[in-house]
Amino acid sequence: MSKALRFRLLRAALYWVGFAPAVWVFYLGFTNQLGANPVRTLEQELGIWTLRFLIATLMVTPLRNVTGISLLRYRRTLGLLTFYYALLHFTTYMLIDYRLDLQAIAADIVKRPYITFGMLAFAILVPLAVTSNDRMVRRLGGAWAKLHRWVYLAAAAAAVHYLLVVKSWPMEPLVYFAIVAVLLAYRLGKHLRRRRRPAVA
Amino acid sequence: AAQLEASPRPLSTDEEPTALEHITNYNNYYEFGTGKEDPAKKAHTLTTEPWTVKVDGLVSRPAEFDLEDLLKPVTLEERIYRLRCVEGWSMVIPWVGFPLSEVLNRVEPLGSAKFVAFETVMRPDEMPGLRAFFNVLDWPYVEGLRLDEAMHPLTILTVGLYGETLPNQNGAPIRLIVPWKYGFKSIKSIVRITLTEEQPPTSWNKQNPREYGFYSNVNPEVDHPRWSQATELPIGQGIFAKRKPTLLFNGYADQVAQLYAGMDLTKFY
Repeated sequence: MSKALRFRLLRAALYWVGFAPAVWVFYLGFTNQLGANPVRTLEQELGIWTLRFLIATLMVTPLRNVTGISLLRYRRTLGLLTFYYALLHFTTYMLIDYRLDLQAIAADIVKRPYITFGMLAFAILVPLAVTSNDRMVRRLGGAWAKLHRWVYLAAAAAAVHYLLVVKSWPMEPLVYFAIVAVLLAYRLGKHLRRRRRPAVA
Repeated sequence: AAQLEASPRPLSTDEEPTALEHITNYNNYYEFGTGKEDPAKKAHTLTTEPWTVKVDGLVSRPAEFDLEDLLKPVTLEERIYRLRCVEGWSMVIPWVGFPLSEVLNRVEPLGSAKFVAFETVMRPDEMPGLRAFFNVLDWPYVEGLRLDEAMHPLTILTVGLYGETLPNQNGAPIRLIVPWKYGFKSIKSIVRITLTEEQPPTSWNKQNPREYGFYSNVNPEVDHPRWSQATELPIGQGIFAKRKPTLLFNGYADQVAQLYAGMDLTKFY
């Protein structure tokens, strides 16, 4: 098997596996097996999977630096899975939960910090997803990397969004927040070290 | 659960009750974990027999009642009440209970008593939430009412659900129900009722005073700082459940609005 073919097969497999949780949770939802508050459960599951794929995307670089294992070729797939889950999460909120009650949704965006942070994260992911193809990478050149650094802000906003949606301080949102914080601190640390050490001529 | 004799009474709503399965599997009872299904999974460890309720403070006849003695003189009634959670969902629940005023009258409140404080049982060895990595609330869970709210005929002590004794996850063996207030006011597994002169501390208010007031009356006009209270999602109606407008005092305005006449409900939230 050629290397290119193997990559394409693995990428396809990653998509299939990646979408499985969404297919499963929608199946449970439409067959009325999601318990007492299925809309909330659906939103939460899709939201948590968005955050998981976002974390997986951000893990690719540190994983390579620390262990030498490079999943760089799958990072785009992980990033796109993040976006698709965010889109499903957003659509569920708009269509199933609020039934396109745009007035209520607009009020939510302005007045509710957790919705504001969620919308911010989603708004950032849209241009990143749109510019994720080879053509856009080539066309944007150096600007592409700069644009895609916004993913860090999206990750921070998503983690805060999860933290703000719950009533007290349950464990899960804190754990996700901590993971995102560590990943961002790792980036920031690298960035600062690089700046302090002048490039060797 | 054991069968309970209860007579239906006119204070019930005629809305369709939420399925028992949902009422007993979607609970906030943080002593057993913060997940909605944690209480159903874990509350079986709580021993509810024997059970005593201490009634003390500003009363002429303080007493420590065995649950049987507390229930002996009362007539149990079925009360089908709406329940509105501060989180934005709602149920309709056929409780079995009796007016709290019957217990309060028995101990004879003094003229100086203005408030009633309630306390939930605190047993770390039977309640995994109390052994958690850090405390989500300051235990034991405490709640409070103004004396006139406590004496109101809608305010009941509850020992059953759907004609049977309360499951542990719903606050067995005895809990409070105040149907015009957000659910967290209706404290579970009560061991102590104390009449006081000063407004007693309440758990969620201590945890976040800006978000949870002492009164916590259901009010679509007064939003939670982080989410709207204008609508609610009815539990147990599947994925296409439609949000419905939340009613002032959870639909009990006719009976309770006069308790708050002249009060600014935005200030006393």
